[in-house]
Amino acid sequence: MTNSAISNPRRHFLKLAAAAGVLLASQPSVALGRKPPLGRVVIIGGGYAGTTAAKYIRMWSLGNIETVVIEKSSQFVSCPMSNLVLGGSKSINDLTFNYDLVQKNHDIQWVRDEVMSIDTDAQKVMMKRGEMRYDRLIVAPGVDFDYGHLTALAAPQAQQHIPHAWKAGWQTVNLRQQLEAMPNGGVFVMTIPKAPYRCPPGPYERACQVASYFKTHKPNSKVIVLDANPEITSKKGLFTQVFNEPYAGIIDYRPNNEISAVDIASKMVTTDFERVKADVLNVIPPQLAGKPAQMAGLNNIDKRWCEVDFLTYASALSPNIHVIGDSVSAGLPKSAHMATSQAKVCAAAIVDLMSGNAPDAQPVFANTCYSFVDNTQAIHVAHVYRYDAAKKAMIAADGGGVSAKPTAQEGQFATAWANNMWSDVLT
Amino acid sequence: MVNLMYTQAMLKLIYHCFLMYLTTTSVAHAAEVVAPPNRLSSPSHIRIIAASCAACHGTQGNSVSITPSLAGLDVGYFVTHMLAYQQGEGNPTVMHHHAKGLSVDEINLLATYFAQQKRFNPTELKSQTLQADHD
Repeated sequence: MTNSAISNPRRHFLKLAAAAGVLLASQPSVALGRKPPLGRVVIIGGGYAGTTAAKYIRMWSLGNIETVVIEKSSQFVSCPMSNLVLGGSKSINDLTFNYDLVQKNHDIQWVRDEVMSIDTDAQKVMMKRGEMRYDRLIVAPGVDFDYGHLTALAAPQAQQHIPHAWKAGWQTVNLRQQLEAMPNGGVFVMTIPKAPYRCPPGPYERACQVASYFKTHKPNSKVIVLDANPEITSKKGLFTQVFNEPYAGIIDYRPNNEISAVDIASKMVTTDFERVKADVLNVIPPQLAGKPAQMAGLNNIDKRWCEVDFLTYASALSPNIHVIGDSVSAGLPKSAHMATSQAKVCAAAIVDLMSGNAPDAQPVFANTCYSFVDNTQAIHVAHVYRYDAAKKAMIAADGGGVSAKPTAQEGQFATAWANNMWSDVLT
Repeated sequence: MVNLMYTQAMLKLIYHCFLMYLTTTSVAHAAEVVAPPNRLSSPSHIRIIAASCAACHGTQGNSVSITPSLAGLDVGYFVTHMLAYQQGEGNPTVMHHHAKGLSVDEINLLATYFAQQKRFNPTELKSQTLQADHD
C-alpha cells in the first residue's frame, strides 16, 4: 500500500472541517501552507470509476497529487451481484461497504456533499455546503434516469410501488420484498430500455434470478420480459439457452416491445403491441450521463453521453475535465470492470500529464463480466480492448468471447471477481 | 490414421518446443526490461494492463480470493501459462479470452511486472448494514 507524503494533520483538519459542515474547500492546502507539488484532482462520484481513479492517482503519483472525492452517500453499494438479492442468495448487506479503508490507506480527502454546479472557467465545483477548486476534474457520476414520457414514474412515491432497482440500495430490497409477498401464480414484469444502458447483460441476469426464485418457491409464477431492443443485447446465445431450458414456461421473453405508458396503481404496462398486467413491476428506465456531467454540459452525444479522448478520458469539450465510467460515450459495455479499467487509464494519464510526461499512446485493458443464471452457476463475456489510433476508439481485440455454458466453477470465479473488485476499489 | 496421429504428436512436440523457447527467451528478456520498453509507447502501458487484471487477481496481483495471486510469480511460469491459454490449452474458462487479446511482448512484460510486485496481505474489507439514509 502506498502511503502519501501529505501530512496527516491536514487530513484530520479536513475531516473535522467536513464534519462541522464548514468546508474550507477552496484552498485547504494553501491554508496550511503545504501543497503537493503536482496540484489537485477533484473527483465527482465515489462509485467503481471515481474511487478507483482516486486510489490509483494517489498510488501512481506517489502521493504527489492531492486527491479529493466528492460523494453524497456514506456507503458504497455494489450493483454487480445485486441481482442475487432478488434471487435470494445474497443480502444487500453483503454488498454494502464504507470508504474508510481506501481513504486511510491512500490519504484521499473525502467530502460527503452533493454537487450543485460546476464553474469550468474558474475551475470550481460548487456543493451544497462549500466549494472546491481543481487543477483537473474527473466526473464519474454513473447514470441518471430519463423518464421521458413516463414522468409519473420519476416521483419517489411511484418508485416505492414500481422500483427500478438499477442502482443498488433500498430499491433492490423493496423489489425483493415485493417478490416475496407476491402469491404463487403471480406475474413479474420487467421492462428493458434501448441500449446503451448500464450493464448490458444485467436485465437478463435479473430475469434468471427471479425465475430461479420462482422455480423453487413459486412454481406457478411467470417472468415477462418486455425488451425495447430487437434481441438480447449481451451473451445472447447463453441467455436464450437458459431462458428455453431451465426456465422454459417461466420466462417469457418479448423483444421489440418498448414501454410507452404505465398505470402506476394497477401496474398495467402499455407497449406499441400490447397491454400487460403485472403483480410486481420493474421498469428499468432509459439512461444518460449522471447529473454532474449534465451540469458541466459534457453530455454532447445524443444529449446523453460524454465524448472523451480514450487516451486520457479528457472531455472533448473541456480538456481539463475527464469523464470515466458509465457516463462515457463509447461502443463499450457500461460495466463495473470497464469503469475501473477506464479509471486506471485516466489515472495513469493524469499522473503523466501533471508530471510532464506523455500518456500511453496505445492503452490496452480488459473487461470481464459475469452473470449468475441461478444461485450457483455463472457465465461470462470477456474481451481485451485496444486503442485504435485511426478510429480514435477502444476496439475489442480478437480472441474474446463468452462461456461455453453455465457452470458452478464460473460461479466461484464470479464471486472471486466481486471480492477482488471490492478489495481493489475500496482498500 | 496412424499418419494423422503422428502429425498431431509432431505438432504438439513442436508447439511445446516453441513454448520452451519463448519461456527461456522471456526469462533472458526479463533481465533487460528494467528500462522502459522501447517497443511500447510508455511505461504506463504495462502498468495499465496489469492494473486491469486486478478485477480478478487483486491490486498489484494480490488476490483476496480463489483466483491466483500474480505478485511475485515466476516469469517462466506466467509466460508458459499465458501462451498455453493463447492456444486454448490448460482448460481455461476465461483466461483464453484475455491471453488471445495480448501480444507476446505484452505477456513477457506483464510477467516481469508481476514478478517484481511484492506479495502482501490485502486489508480485509468487511461488509456493512445498509443505512436508512442511503438511496
